[in-house]
Amino acid sequence: MTDRLASVPRLRPGFRFQWEPAQNAHVLLYPEGMVRLNESAGAVLKEIDGERTVAAIVAVLEQQFPDAGSLQTDVSDFLSDAEQKQWILFT
Amino acid sequence: MNDHPPMPGGDRPGIGPPLWLLAELTYRCPLQCPYCSNPLDFAQTAQELSTAEWARVLRQGRQMGAAQLGFSGGEPLVRQDLPELIAEARQLGYYTNLITSGLGLTEAKVCAFRDAGLDHIQVSFQASDPELNNAVAGSRKAFEHKLAMARAVKDAGYPMVLNFVIHRHNIHQMNDIMALCERLGADYVELATCQYYGWAFENREGLMPSRAQLEKAETEVNAYRQHLAAVGAAMKLIFVTPDYYEERPKACMNGWGSLFLTVAPDGTALPCHSARLLPIDFPNVRDTDLHSIWYDSPGFNHYRGDSWMPEPCRSWDEKGKDLGGCRCQAYLLTGNADNADPVCGKSPHHDRILAARTAAEHATAGIDGLIYRNADNSKLLFRG
Repeated sequence: MTDRLASVPRLRPGFRFQWEPAQNAHVLLYPEGMVRLNESAGAVLKEIDGERTVAAIVAVLEQQFPDAGSLQTDVSDFLSDAEQKQWILFT
Repeated sequence: MNDHPPMPGGDRPGIGPPLWLLAELTYRCPLQCPYCSNPLDFAQTAQELSTAEWARVLRQGRQMGAAQLGFSGGEPLVRQDLPELIAEARQLGYYTNLITSGLGLTEAKVCAFRDAGLDHIQVSFQASDPELNNAVAGSRKAFEHKLAMARAVKDAGYPMVLNFVIHRHNIHQMNDIMALCERLGADYVELATCQYYGWAFENREGLMPSRAQLEKAETEVNAYRQHLAAVGAAMKLIFVTPDYYEERPKACMNGWGSLFLTVAPDGTALPCHSARLLPIDFPNVRDTDLHSIWYDSPGFNHYRGDSWMPEPCRSWDEKGKDLGGCRCQAYLLTGNADNADPVCGKSPHHDRILAARTAAEHATAGIDGLIYRNADNSKLLFRG
């Protein structure tokens, strides 16, 4: 877990994250595919910039959503899921 | 975090925006693949849209909410304005896909397209070895060049996405194909068994694998997936089986006029790239803007919803799931596009699918018996 918090997630090559007004949602675009993200998934992926560690992303999100309490587990679980789906890589 | 919010409606109740736009830039192509999805009469197509006309289509599509854009053909690389169109599309915010045979591609172009903002290049192959590949493609030096271009794509930082069309003459090569892709370092590999529209319908007997061949291939793909997982390779295998061996029809294109909008080289707007073969009057982007085409044209409204359905679809409790199947398949196999897709076991025309399966058990024709997709054959087929 400690290792994971210090690692830096980034989108896989060929993946793009952007806001789509017509869908009123963030989406993840990839070769011939598109995932429409719900609000929380969008909020996490938005903070991935290839430089921030997982711990830094958790800190940023906890600042953005002060009422949400500790987000470490939620964010880590989501990022593991995103890694498994081959959306992101860890370095 | 996986439950997606419901899709907001488009500009009309019940009709969402076209999220995918396929720009078929040209029907011109240096290859002659006998399973090409282009219409049989492509050689009679009127003048291609100009750069300015394509740019207008891209702007209109993006404004409506299209996010995925495919540049295909024919071979899109024969359009000299491709870099310009890529740049325009990227600037509008599209995710841009180039679907190419790799012929006409160079390392310099791969990099220039990347600098223009291209997101992804898919290179199609015809087989895992040069002899068969070049025989199917009707071109003598295609294979080596494709390999070089697949590597160039990866070197330029794109994901490597390879597409193999599978049929009875290369289905025995599945393991070789997958091994080749792994050696090349592919990220995604589409192993797409022919669907029988366009030239592939004309050549169906010579292309359709037997059920035994298909099942063997499926077993090999599953075993290869296990091998990839065991060695920790991220290569994704996407195996597409032909409708002809399914028991239930597919909800074609996710529903007619629901997500996909194709614009053909001459500007004809279609709900799918095969729909041109249907006896329906489709609008043209030269005469009408994309918004009116999508929401208001009779062509795009023709098979929306389910009020058009005859029996047995009308009373079928899963009609909302399979949507009556594929209109093109219904038309090609029954002569009436309103009919249930004969793939469905409930279709009164299901015997035509069974007959095609039986024919595939006994087919003996070689590759030389296939009708190649070229301008001469196109004119010949349509001499009347």
